[in-house]
Amino acid sequence: MSEVLNVPTMAEMMAQGKQPEVLFWVGCAGSFDDRAKKITKAFVRILNRANVSFAVLGTEESCTGDPAKRAGNEFLFQMQALMNIEVLNAYEAKKIVTACPHCFNTLKNEYPELGGTYEVVHHTEFLKQLLDSGRLTIEGGQFKGKKITFHDPCYLGRANNVYEAPRDLIQKLDAELVEMKRSRANGLCCGAGGAQMFKEPENGNKDINVARTEDALETQPEIIAAGCPFCNTMLTDGVKAKEKEGAVKVMDVAELIANADDL
Amino acid sequence: MMYIDNILFAIILLAGIGFFAKNVKKLSRNIKLGHDVDRSDNPSARWNNMAMVALGQSKMVKRPIAGFLHIIVYVGFIIINLEVLEIIIDGLFGTHRVFSGMGSFYGFLIGSFEILAVLVLAAVLVFWARRNILKLQRFASSDLKGAPKKDADTILYFEIVLMSLFLIMNATDLSFQALNSGNIISKHINPWFASLDIVQVEMIERIAWWLHIIGILIFLNYLYYSKHLHILLAFPNTYFADLNAKGKFDNVASVTKEVKLMMDPNADPFAAQPVDENAVPAKFGASDVTDLNWVQLLNAYTCTECGRCTSSCPANQTGKKLSPRKIMMDTRDRLEEVGKNIDANKGVFVPDGKSLLNDYITTEELWACTSCNACVEECPVNISPLSIIMDMRRYLVMEQSAAPQSLNAMMTNIENNGAPWQYNQMDRLNWKDEN
Repeated sequence: MSEVLNVPTMAEMMAQGKQPEVLFWVGCAGSFDDRAKKITKAFVRILNRANVSFAVLGTEESCTGDPAKRAGNEFLFQMQALMNIEVLNAYEAKKIVTACPHCFNTLKNEYPELGGTYEVVHHTEFLKQLLDSGRLTIEGGQFKGKKITFHDPCYLGRANNVYEAPRDLIQKLDAELVEMKRSRANGLCCGAGGAQMFKEPENGNKDINVARTEDALETQPEIIAAGCPFCNTMLTDGVKAKEKEGAVKVMDVAELIANADDL
Repeated sequence: MMYIDNILFAIILLAGIGFFAKNVKKLSRNIKLGHDVDRSDNPSARWNNMAMVALGQSKMVKRPIAGFLHIIVYVGFIIINLEVLEIIIDGLFGTHRVFSGMGSFYGFLIGSFEILAVLVLAAVLVFWARRNILKLQRFASSDLKGAPKKDADTILYFEIVLMSLFLIMNATDLSFQALNSGNIISKHINPWFASLDIVQVEMIERIAWWLHIIGILIFLNYLYYSKHLHILLAFPNTYFADLNAKGKFDNVASVTKEVKLMMDPNADPFAAQPVDENAVPAKFGASDVTDLNWVQLLNAYTCTECGRCTSSCPANQTGKKLSPRKIMMDTRDRLEEVGKNIDANKGVFVPDGKSLLNDYITTEELWACTSCNACVEECPVNISPLSIIMDMRRYLVMEQSAAPQSLNAMMTNIENNGAPWQYNQMDRLNWKDEN
């Protein structure tokens, strides 16, 4: 599949005197992690197809500071935040979309007090807006009738009460959405939050990602859908630990939409 | 001679209420040891929270069995207080069932109290069985070993005794039984005393009446020493709870000042800072209870140790040491210790070489948290163990540089190249052209 992605930067847009409809905040995982980069590209393919005018910060983007803040390093967090806010405000960013719930939460909730106030949406919310307004249409395609379970990322669900957008998207695929015994506000963490992604877990009798993967596998899904690059990594590792990688795939909701009719 | 009962009653009542008031003062003093946080915004949302979560028990019923039983005990507690009002008036003025003049409505009231008393007894017995026979995991875990377990059982025994005394008091009240209105339960208990003569029955009625009110006063005063304080503090606690999205962690304003100064190209790093003689050097984060804010300390006194937080914690479920309930219990225990220290030293805290960090809460517990907010979501009275964990992590990192090595590496990467991993910021857009 030939990849011709149209990814303008804010700097290019500004040089042309244009302001995009939305700024796509790619995030560190989406920029550097091999698995997450696929999610980034899937999302861009959808944006391109729906003719959404968007731009990225590119090399001007820097970590939001989320893992530093959750680790307790308020200094580093605020340094990152103030630098990013300076860049975002210079480009007069109004609306930001991101595929990472951690970036989403930080930009939406923690930047306003430091001088950065934007309309921030998670990519599942944005995709739902595109579908609802008719700018994007999808047919169930290859996911029709497939059993898909959705794992609620803590920073999307409990932290910000976004539960329905990703589920609505999965249902638009004519897939069979099956819920885990713990879902929505009761969803179990994948184990990556609070900077745990970057350290070894404390001693215990089990890994959290394995416990969560067991919840997911209980629903006997063909696909475990996630809406967070870190959850994706944790659940992918969990599926491997349970030796189910042949039968069950872990995919981002954006990938489901993009792959539905082979974008 | 004829007033001796009333005087004795007044003395006992005053002593009970006075001692309680003294403890409330101590409680309020201890909570104010926390530093200030503004929770005066948006009063309508706050009243609404209190009405729904504390008064309306909306989060209790998320676990239906415990929630339903709790509502019975809670409604019983509130409604039976009407009966206590009558007892107090009777006790002070020498009347007998002063409200009985209301006629059939009185019968309706007492009848519903009697039914509630039986329901409360049944609910409390189930609660006791859940702790002592079924041994539900959240009641059998190590946080509750010793005093907390005894406290929980004591409360249940209190309730059994108080409800039984109420029913016995009614059953042996011959004039009340003669009315035959409202004795819906007690008329079935009355025959148990059939073999006794009238004087003996009247004696039992008086004993039950006195023990009932004395028991209530003892229970009132037990609150301060018990997890049972939640029956009062659930209300202010839900009112003052954080209204922000759960993902929003508070901003440390003192840090903002320093970071802005650091990033200001016009700031002269060698300029003398204005000196405030009385300023205490700022401490980042919390290593002891006095570094926490008063809402966090109120949280600690409100916690009734139900353990829903711990049972939903991903770290705890996978065998890690972290238990959000223990974070709250430790905070309260340490706060009590600090309070006693102040009382013993004429109103001044004398350093005791201990702190909340290490002596109560270990770093291993703090670093096991995924900040997933499950504990905050679960708490039936809107306590946030997570905010205490975060403040203590801040102390570890910003005051002691004591983060785990791997986290230090992550933070160094963010500082150097704007990502938690070692990738060059200039490569951020490379994904666009990779296949």
